[in-house]
Amino acid sequence: MYTQAMDVPNADDAPSVAAPANEAEAAAHFDARCAAGEYVEAKDWMPDNYRKTLIRQISQHAHSEIVGMLPEGNWISRAPSLKRKTILLAKVQDEGGHGLYLYAAAETLGVSRDELLTALHTGRAKYSSIFNYPTPTWADIGVIGWLVDGAAIMNQVPLCRCSYGPYARAMVRICREESFHQRQGFDSLQTMMQGTDAQRAMVQDAVNRWWWPVLMMFGPHDKDSQHSETSTKWGIKRISNDELRQKFVDATVEQAKVLGVGLPDPALTWNAERGHHDFGAIDWTEFWNVVNGHGPCNRERLAAKVKAHDDGAWVREAALAFSAKQAARAAA
Amino acid sequence: MSNEWPLWEVFIRAKAGLDHKHCGSVHAPDATMALQAARDVYTRRQEGVSIWVVRADQIVASDPGDKHEFFDPMQDKIYRHPTFYQLPEEVNHI
Repeated sequence: MYTQAMDVPNADDAPSVAAPANEAEAAAHFDARCAAGEYVEAKDWMPDNYRKTLIRQISQHAHSEIVGMLPEGNWISRAPSLKRKTILLAKVQDEGGHGLYLYAAAETLGVSRDELLTALHTGRAKYSSIFNYPTPTWADIGVIGWLVDGAAIMNQVPLCRCSYGPYARAMVRICREESFHQRQGFDSLQTMMQGTDAQRAMVQDAVNRWWWPVLMMFGPHDKDSQHSETSTKWGIKRISNDELRQKFVDATVEQAKVLGVGLPDPALTWNAERGHHDFGAIDWTEFWNVVNGHGPCNRERLAAKVKAHDDGAWVREAALAFSAKQAARAAA
Repeated sequence: MSNEWPLWEVFIRAKAGLDHKHCGSVHAPDATMALQAARDVYTRRQEGVSIWVVRADQIVASDPGDKHEFFDPMQDKIYRHPTFYQLPEEVNHI
C-alpha cells in the first residue's frame, strides 16, 4: 500500500503552539538528532507536532491497508482458478497484517486502537483514495498488484528510513512482503495477455481506469503539499511526491512494454533532455473529490468496514468475558 | 475504550541458535489468543520457530530521559575493551 493520503490534513488538527523556553531547547536538540539521522524511539521526548504528524500518517497508512482488503476481497470467491484464489487470499491476508503492524506502531505514540478505529469509522481519518475505485473485472486484481502496489512500493521504500523507529521497522517488514504483491499482479496480467483478445481487452480496460488514480496516489504536487516541509526536516518524508511519481512513471513505461499494454496518456513521451518521461496533467479536481468523500465507492467501503467491526463486537466481548472467567477460576 | 483487548509485546526466535527478538505487538484477550495472533501477524513466511508474548503492562523499562546518567558509568571504562591494550606486533592478534 498506499501512502498518498499522508498529505491530507485532518480538520481537527490543532495549529502548532509555540514551545515554552525549556521545550524550545528540547525541540532544538530533537531537530539536531533528526538532522544527524538518528532514530527516535517511542519513549523519547518529541515535539507535539512530530507526534501528531506521525499518528496521522501511520494511522492513515494502517487504515489504507485495512480498507485495501475490500476491493480485492471482492474477488476471492470468484478467482478464476484455485491457484489464483490461494495467491489472492495470501495477499489480502498480508494487507491485514500490514494494517496490524502499523496500528501497533501508531499505538506506541500514545493513541489507543479504539481511538484510531473510531476516527476511521466516523470519517475523521482518511485512507488512501485509491480504494474508493471499484474492481469490476478480474483484470483489476492484477492491475492493483502491478500498479497500485508498485506505486506503494515507490512510496514505502524511503519510509524504511523514517526517523521514527517503530514506523521504520514496520515498513521494513511491509516492503519485504510488498514485492510478492507486485510480482503476482504482473504475473496474472501476463497470463491474461497471452490469452484471448477478450482477455487482453480486459487488461487494457483495467489499466486505462487505474492509471490516473495511481498517479494521484503520490499526492499533490510538491508546491501544493501541505505537510512536506516539516516532514522532511524531521526525516519522516525523504523523497518528494513529484520525484516519486516521476520515478514510478519511468519504471512503469518499460514494464508496460513487456506486458504489451498501452498507458492512457497521449502526452507520455521520453524526454531525452531531462532523462525522464514527460506525462500529461493530472486531474486534481477528481483527486480532491475522491479524498473528500465523493469517489465511486467511498460510502460502500466505509459502510463495509463499519459493519465488519460492529458484527464482530460480540466476538470481542465474548473472548474478553471468557478470559475474565478463566482468570477468576485460576485465582479461586 | 475499557473494552479494548490488552496489548502484548511479541518476541520471535527466527531459528534455533538465535535470541528471541522483539518484533511488534498484538491485542488479545488472553495468552493463548495472543500467541495465535502473533503467529498469524508476524510469522506468515516462516519467520520464526518460537514466539514469546508478554503483557505490555508487565514490562519494566529504563527511562530514556535518564539515559545519560543511567549508562554513564560505562563510558569512562575503556580498559574494559580489548583494543585498550597495545601488545607487541607478534602477539597483537590475540
